[in-house]
Amino acid sequence: MTTTVARVDVVAVASPKRRRRAPGWLAVVPLLAFVAVAFGIPALAMLDGAFTVRDQATGATSYSAENLSASLRGAYLTALLGSVKLSAVSAALGALVGLPLAQAVVTSRFRALREAVLTASGVLANFGGVPLAFAFVATLGNAGVLTRHLGLTDKGWDLYSFWGLVIVYLYFLIPLMVLTITPALDGLRTQWREAAQNNGATTVQYWLHVALPVLAPSLLGGLVLLFGSAFAAYATAAAMVGSSIPLVTLQIADALSGNVLVGQENVALALSLDMVLVAGLVMAVYLPLQRRSARWLA
Amino acid sequence: MARLNLWRWGVLGLAGLYFLVPLAASVVFTVDVPGQGITFDAYSQIFSTGGFGASLLLSLELAAATIAVVLLLMVPAMVALRLGAPRLRPVVEVVCSLPLVVPPIAFVAGIGTVLKWGPEHLSRTPLFQTFVAIQNPDFPFVLVLAYVVMALPFVYRALDAGLRAVDVRTLVEAARSCGAGWAQALVRAVLPNLRGALLNASFLTLALVLGEFTVAQLLGFQPFAVWIVNVSGSQAQLSVAVSVLSLLVTWVLLLVLAGFGGRTRTTSRG
Repeated sequence: MTTTVARVDVVAVASPKRRRRAPGWLAVVPLLAFVAVAFGIPALAMLDGAFTVRDQATGATSYSAENLSASLRGAYLTALLGSVKLSAVSAALGALVGLPLAQAVVTSRFRALREAVLTASGVLANFGGVPLAFAFVATLGNAGVLTRHLGLTDKGWDLYSFWGLVIVYLYFLIPLMVLTITPALDGLRTQWREAAQNNGATTVQYWLHVALPVLAPSLLGGLVLLFGSAFAAYATAAAMVGSSIPLVTLQIADALSGNVLVGQENVALALSLDMVLVAGLVMAVYLPLQRRSARWLA
Repeated sequence: MARLNLWRWGVLGLAGLYFLVPLAASVVFTVDVPGQGITFDAYSQIFSTGGFGASLLLSLELAAATIAVVLLLMVPAMVALRLGAPRLRPVVEVVCSLPLVVPPIAFVAGIGTVLKWGPEHLSRTPLFQTFVAIQNPDFPFVLVLAYVVMALPFVYRALDAGLRAVDVRTLVEAARSCGAGWAQALVRAVLPNLRGALLNASFLTLALVLGEFTVAQLLGFQPFAVWIVNVSGSQAQLSVAVSVLSLLVTWVLLLVLAGFGGRTRTTSRG
């Protein structure tokens, strides 16, 4: 590192010492300042609110863990666990389907196919939300086209069930996996496969002993990203009115807008904090993995 | 090789089926109304329903502002990390990943709390005007702030992938030794090599803003996605028709953007 820095110095010999150092961190400062204001302040406000209890009678506020323990009881706890379970199942399925799909696209000889799939993935990964919910209601809902024509209701199909939501969530999780894993698959060198083949490895052996170990960090990183994405999803579930699956995001929105009980705003903030803790745990797994995958694919 | 192709087409076929059937079924749902036969009423109603143009325009304006801000913040920072401040890289990586830890719904809960400080604590300070200004319903800048934060992880990934394929240091050295200034080296030497990554980042941000519902709805603004839900209460066919249309709008915009970059894009992947 020192040698390369020295090389820049030689090139930038005309500039005084201060100038060649300045761009380094100065360019990063606006970004950090922006995040501190636009993200840091709301995050701190949430933290503060989650621990603040307002006395209904006197209006006095005090700090306590009452909101947090309320958020881990009864209906709120059920919702939290429901969200975790739904996210874990759909993330695992999304990764399982997304990897072969990405591989099929990456190894394709048709550039147009690749471009089309990646662009479509970009749309669909963020298509999660309102239009997605309505599309599935129109397809598999109680009056949906497939439900009517195939008579799915008689076979016990219900879109507003756990597996119904999983199928809806996969619609944006699979493209997200494709987007996440494609750079890693691009990084798999043909030489590695050829070397494995020259040593007599079968395709299965190549995947088990060469490709998957190299891909593992990216794969797990993608899995974690999918989990976080499913865990945070609100719009889809909110637009699919009638779902009987309790989700923590729906609970927060209800509490924030005072739909259920007035004065639950701080419990909503505590629930938000619960979500942040779960997502933080997930991220603590993800970041080291990300770094590992970067080492192989650089 | 034949076996490989069979496998590939099988995977692509199944995926195509899963992704196209809901779209096709949505279209069928909107035009084939039980008891009425084939009708295009749902689509002709959209444009006459109030708020369509205004909400779509608002979403597009928000998207443009978000893309501009996020790229202006991120590109210089990411290039600088490669050049002169490698030790800051983990810091920026963590900072840009933080929004993933705070889901939009939790984020908006925090934003709502902060915005309530305006009337409650700051009404006599000049800051109050700022609070009012960023919540202007015609162009709620607070949404841009939120969307930039939410876009950070995606933009970071896109730019990082792009920068990985480019030897920024050599490019800048070459430009500098030809007499270019820092800004010139960045704009004329580095950015053209990052076109793919910049477009990718813009795509993701655009799609994110056009589809965003959570923050806008809970803060009480009405961009496109919120408008769809608001009009959906009355009629099922109309809501699905708008959804189909909104997907098409997003798709067309992305294709236009891709068309812009695709012609001159130099592929960095083999």
